Amino acid sequence: MTQAKLPAWAIRRISRRYEKLIQAALFLCAALSVLTTAAIILVLLTNAVYAPGAKTAFFERVSFWEFVTGTHWKPVDGQYGRFGIIPLLCGTMMVAGIASLVSVPAGLGAAIYMSEYAGPREREFLKPILEILAGIPSVVFGFFALKFITPWILKPMFSLVGIDLQIFNTLSAGIVVGIMVTPLIASLSEDVIRSVPRSLREAAFALGSTRFDVSVRIVVPAALSGILAAFLLAFSRAIGETMAVTIAGGQQAIATLNPLQGAQTMTGFMVHASTGDSAADSISRMSIYAVGIALFAITLTINVISGWVLRRYREVYQ
Amino acid sequence: MPAITSSSVPPSVAGVDRNLDMSAHPAAIQVNGLDFYYSEHQVLFNVSLTVPERSVTALIGPSGCGKSTFLRTLNRMNDLIEGSRCVGQILVEGQNIMDPAVDVVLLRKHVGMVFQKSTPFPKSIFDNVAYGPRVAGETNRSVLADLVESCLKKAALWDEVKDRLTKSAMALSGGQQQRLCIARTLATNPRIILMDEPASALDPASTDRIENLIGELCANYTIVIVTHNMQQASRVSHQTAFFYKGVLVETGPTMKIFTGPSEKKTEDYITGRFG
Repeated sequence: MTQAKLPAWAIRRISRRYEKLIQAALFLCAALSVLTTAAIILVLLTNAVYAPGAKTAFFERVSFWEFVTGTHWKPVDGQYGRFGIIPLLCGTMMVAGIASLVSVPAGLGAAIYMSEYAGPREREFLKPILEILAGIPSVVFGFFALKFITPWILKPMFSLVGIDLQIFNTLSAGIVVGIMVTPLIASLSEDVIRSVPRSLREAAFALGSTRFDVSVRIVVPAALSGILAAFLLAFSRAIGETMAVTIAGGQQAIATLNPLQGAQTMTGFMVHASTGDSAADSISRMSIYAVGIALFAITLTINVISGWVLRRYREVYQ
Repeated sequence: MPAITSSSVPPSVAGVDRNLDMSAHPAAIQVNGLDFYYSEHQVLFNVSLTVPERSVTALIGPSGCGKSTFLRTLNRMNDLIEGSRCVGQILVEGQNIMDPAVDVVLLRKHVGMVFQKSTPFPKSIFDNVAYGPRVAGETNRSVLADLVESCLKKAALWDEVKDRLTKSAMALSGGQQQRLCIARTLATNPRIILMDEPASALDPASTDRIENLIGELCANYTIVIVTHNMQQASRVSHQTAFFYKGVLVETGPTMKIFTGPSEKKTEDYITGRFG
């Protein structure tokens, strides 16, 4: 049968080849993020675990055991340096923990306010403000912590009880990181809270609930899986946060859980070492990749857990 | 042209006398000249209706006639809808519930509601029934346990669930879920129960159970029920009110509405000529 015999409605509008081209272009877009991830893992592994060629990888010089359990992080100590990740891990976990203490109540409270209490006018006002907060560069937050939160809020507060707060401290770093991830928790939680069916709220109101009863007893429990996933994502975001903690938290790698002291975080060390003047293949430079792997492993684990929580505890509404 | 005869009306459920003149009963609800608006759009026009105590009043009419909206004004459920406005008087046991001094939270405990779609909370069966009393501040476990048992019995669900009270309510069948919602409403100790098409999503056997339950409950509670199903209205109610385009066309004893309505519109709707 030739083309000419086809009726008008049966003639192809776009060619088969053109459609294939579109498909390929879209596939490339999707593949880009996968390829990037693969490349990052490759770079980390070839520098930390096994280096092809003349270079020596980090774990070929420092034992994995020392790296994981060592309590001293001194890349330029004597000839070899000491590479125990515990001090950096302490710094990172303290910042992320303090950030969670700030952002979980603030973010969840904001989400509940926006979905259960605020009228359309308040919401129109609040949403853009939260988006602006999320758009502020983290270096600005770092200086905000260093130049405002520490000297103007924390120092006077602690001097009242006779404690002299250090200029660099993980408390202020944790607080600003908490402020930074609050919009993330607020918007993710609000999405899941809004997906709780209206009929459940009406049923609760019809039983003599106040707005607070409905929020706390019905809506939050029904949306719990999504809210937990939001917390975990925000926590992993806080772990990966770099500039603010480098500026406000200081550069001393000390194994401490005292938030009033300065402490270097994993990301803080990476910035510090990569801008330093050590040789490109020196062990202190190579240690960046080992810390990078550790960071990658932690955040990946948390993201996987949060995905699992979301699936496992999702309420099914008919 | 008598299109309808009393023999074509299905028998009523036990506990409902459709010929009874309810005008002698004290009024549980009295609505006077009610207008209702969604923003600028008026959906109820000058509705006046008296609901006698311990009786079943059925609200019927085609879709969009305002019967559900009317029902939802009786516990101020429409307050939740942005831009809604209500003018007129609604007396519940003599108290105007549109008075700003009336606490809407307490009102809704007094005037319970069962919805078209069964809405069990994603909690256990026990926690579903205990929800209302807990919100009201009851924490004593044995008081709650007694209350849950008695409400589940009143809702004719106890025997089916007594061995799995701690299991999720979401696992119950549709009919069981709806009876659970009725039990949950009873647990707040209301005097009046509003039902918005409570059986429209259920199979015939479950519908039957709900209808018989209504017949039992009306000995102690005042019930107002919206229904699409005219057979159902004729089976379960003492009094029937016919709404059309936001106007209450006619109200009277159920037997009279179904066999000898005064209005032509009512007769046309009852006999299935429209709607």
